[in-house]
Amino acid sequence: MAIIERPSDTVALAPSGAPAVATPDTSYGVFRRPVHTTGWKSWLFTIDHKKLGIMYGVTAMVFFIIGGVEALLIRLQLAGPNGTVLNADQYNQMFTMHATTMVFLFVMPMAAAFANYMVPLQIGARDVAFPRINAFGYWAYLFGGLLLNSSWFLGGAADGGWFMYAPNSSVVFSPTNGVDFWGLGLQITGIASLTGAINLIVTVINMRAPGMSLMKMPIFTWMVMVVQFLLLFAMPVITVALFMLMFQRSFDATFFSVEAGADPLLWQHLFWIFGHPEVYIIVLPSFGIVSEILPVFSKKPLFGYPLVVFSGAAIGLVGWGVWAHHMFASGLGPISVAVFSVATMAIAIPTGVKIVNWTLTMWGGKIAFTVPMLYAVGVIVQFTIGGLSGVTHSVAPSDTQQTDTYYIVAHFHYVIFGGAVLGLFAGLYYWWPKMFGKMLNERLGKWNFWLTIVGMNLTFGPMHVIGLQGQPRRMYVWTENRAGEGFFNIGFWNLMATIGSFVLTLGVLVFLINIYVSHRKGTEKAPLDPWDARSLEWITANPPKEHNFDRLPTVGHLDEFFHRKYEDRGEGERHDYHQVATAEEILAAEEASADKHIHLPSPSYWPILLAFSLPIMGYGVIYNLYLLAGGALLALVSMYGWGMEPHTAPSDDYDPPKGTELEVAAHG
Amino acid sequence: MSSATDTHSEHDTESHGLSDLGYIKIAIFLAVITAVEVVFSYTQEQLGAAFLPGLLILMGVKFFMVLLYFMHLKFDSKLFSLMFYIGMGLAVGCYAVFLATMHFFHS
Amino acid sequence: MADTAVHDDTHAAHDDHAAHHTSTGLSNNKLAMWMFLGSECLLFGGLISTYMLYRGRHSANLGPDQVWDIPFTSASSFVLLMSSLTMVLAVSSAHRKDDRNTKVWLSVTALLGALFVAGQVYEFTTFYREGLGFTTSLFSSSFYTLTGFHGVHVTVGIIMLMSLSGMISRNKVPGDKAETVELFGLYWHFVDVVWILIFTLVYLIPA
Repeated sequence: MAIIERPSDTVALAPSGAPAVATPDTSYGVFRRPVHTTGWKSWLFTIDHKKLGIMYGVTAMVFFIIGGVEALLIRLQLAGPNGTVLNADQYNQMFTMHATTMVFLFVMPMAAAFANYMVPLQIGARDVAFPRINAFGYWAYLFGGLLLNSSWFLGGAADGGWFMYAPNSSVVFSPTNGVDFWGLGLQITGIASLTGAINLIVTVINMRAPGMSLMKMPIFTWMVMVVQFLLLFAMPVITVALFMLMFQRSFDATFFSVEAGADPLLWQHLFWIFGHPEVYIIVLPSFGIVSEILPVFSKKPLFGYPLVVFSGAAIGLVGWGVWAHHMFASGLGPISVAVFSVATMAIAIPTGVKIVNWTLTMWGGKIAFTVPMLYAVGVIVQFTIGGLSGVTHSVAPSDTQQTDTYYIVAHFHYVIFGGAVLGLFAGLYYWWPKMFGKMLNERLGKWNFWLTIVGMNLTFGPMHVIGLQGQPRRMYVWTENRAGEGFFNIGFWNLMATIGSFVLTLGVLVFLINIYVSHRKGTEKAPLDPWDARSLEWITANPPKEHNFDRLPTVGHLDEFFHRKYEDRGEGERHDYHQVATAEEILAAEEASADKHIHLPSPSYWPILLAFSLPIMGYGVIYNLYLLAGGALLALVSMYGWGMEPHTAPSDDYDPPKGTELEVAAHG
Repeated sequence: MSSATDTHSEHDTESHGLSDLGYIKIAIFLAVITAVEVVFSYTQEQLGAAFLPGLLILMGVKFFMVLLYFMHLKFDSKLFSLMFYIGMGLAVGCYAVFLATMHFFHS
Repeated sequence: MADTAVHDDTHAAHDDHAAHHTSTGLSNNKLAMWMFLGSECLLFGGLISTYMLYRGRHSANLGPDQVWDIPFTSASSFVLLMSSLTMVLAVSSAHRKDDRNTKVWLSVTALLGALFVAGQVYEFTTFYREGLGFTTSLFSSSFYTLTGFHGVHVTVGIIMLMSLSGMISRNKVPGDKAETVELFGLYWHFVDVVWILIFTLVYLIPA
């Protein structure tokens, strides 16, 4: 059951030796446990956090492209007056699914990809606390996303906007099954987020390497932890709302039936109690990535590390008290509006603290403008623009003017694209050599970056103008005779935005080309420490071995890797760092004193099976209640299988006798 | 996996709260409070203004008795308490504000 | 598998080189369970708030004050409360490594839970006969949803308790047995705690 790294001279010292696998003779389950380390089965049943991280990333990228195509169709429709690319119904589906895909199926999972891959490495652990739950989370995300998108072929996708306000989401106004698919798909990805959150928090709290106190943790890990807490407590709120929506649509409940006396604000409150923490769930992982990258390429420690940590936590906490600023135009009453307005302004403070800390990190540093650094600086600039337009929304009278116009669209794209997505790209470039052992091409990367930056400003910048000119968001056509004149002609700016979206597309294409170019045969292997990095994940091989660390590191400093490479010969307050070791030497030292027995969790069939029962139940709710029962049965069986599978492998799994096939595998 | 491996060998009753007799006493206490609650609900008019706060206090006492003793929160690590109380606090806070904006507490 | 016991006994030996010690010394499972329960607070909070908002929105003769049967609900609340006692006795037996009593108390707990669920089914049926369907009013939708969610939680708990009891019989509990019982106990008590809130807020306080 356990994958066993035979520690002796052979395997552990082999630079990229495939670990041997022990097959148990007996098992609690009906099946023998899967033991493949190569081929598609090794991915299907894996519970390795690194493989799962890559799977999250690849899947998220695919959904990014799908969501991007949806965005392009929207922009094409609005490029000129009286657009005919989409009809009103298709347009409604397009913007709903664009937003849903980008938020739930791209940004969150891409952040989860980095969190899965990097957090155990950054805290010096061999895996997460619950590897099987981790695998379950990935599959639930994938199946939920597929269920959601299958609606395109089953009568039409959801068309109520990503926040799906009631009663517009009722059967009367949205008669296709689109909204049902939407609700169930999000329910399933929500389960993935919730289990992932519990898993990662326990990992961070309990699996840290010796010596790594909370305030010595890499900043990315900190931000991930804050995000997981937000997920942990925000997900159940949307779960309640989605269940009500499901009962309303599938079982004729009355929660949102205004004719029965329902209050439409119920949905709005529940959605935004979840929805505002969600905003920080989207953006904080990128803040973490940026905070990792800026010090590396400025050759300075992060300025005010504790402040960055606490401001991140403060954003997370205050983020719970501002949700009603999404509802200023709904008639909450003056007291509520005033309270939420002030709370919203307050949240700009910790955010500003971060911006200042990042700027001061660069101040006086020896800055190297590599692609990850460019993206990180891009985040600071672009996110600040989005943050400032956000402050204009916190002022309720001004917000009332802007609600449901393109100005809002401009704001949240600067925040989500300029903050979250640019940060994720920074992470991709920065950690690519760690994850795949190859560098992404810098020259193509710069093309990628500049096309993205120009494209996004060209796309989202004009939306400020057309929004303030009064173009409503979600209106599927605009007409020439209402377009206005001169500088404020919305026709001109709409065309600009459409052109911008294609420049942006070009940027993403360059990224995909870059992946291809960088992985062609004959490209060099990435150096072990290409960026002169600072945190613990760089102590491992490129890509890391299956068990991550030959020896669990003992941590003495924040920026542990840096302190192993450099020695401070300065006196008192003056630092004077001299390199005393290279990354290669440090890795060799780790390999030389490798742990004798390394126990890794074994792959399992149950996570994917359990996750697969979820979409079956989903289709069951929509089409046939027997199918629901069948899915529930599969879930029950999987849970029993899962529950009876031992947590740790039995003792006879360890140290198999010599001469077995395992021995062969170990040498082979 | 590794999760289960760390539990401690000394599972003496001391570190895990009360004796069985203690639990039975608490259960009796909880049953009595429940009875008082039911009596409350039949004597609303006599109790007047004390009715609502009284019931809520009794409910709170029951809630925390189970939480602190049956669920060992009183004897266990503060970290467990923290995890639960953050969730509880956010739930009470957010939903109370939500109901307040819906003018629930005016009636 | 027969070697569970062997596995448990040799556990400590493995720990020496397995480096599975947690940073805080706390069990991963227990920490995860408490986080899950913290998260559940927001689930039930949402359902209770929705009920609170909608409890007065119904037709004249089918509101809470007309349909409640306080003596009956009090009795079933008492049953659930007592199941918390039997659960805690199961946990305490498990910590004493007393498998026999653990199984007995787990079974009694499941039985009391089943009694409670049976009471709920009876209550729902009665309300339905009186004309209070799921779709009748905002009050009925939110009431059935809230108590239904709680009922599902109890039912899941019963299945888990019975499974656990069976697994103890066959010595098939992976990992630490006492801790597993304790984790199930936490879940069970939480469900009980939620009912303490529902009983007072929904039933005893008039709408």
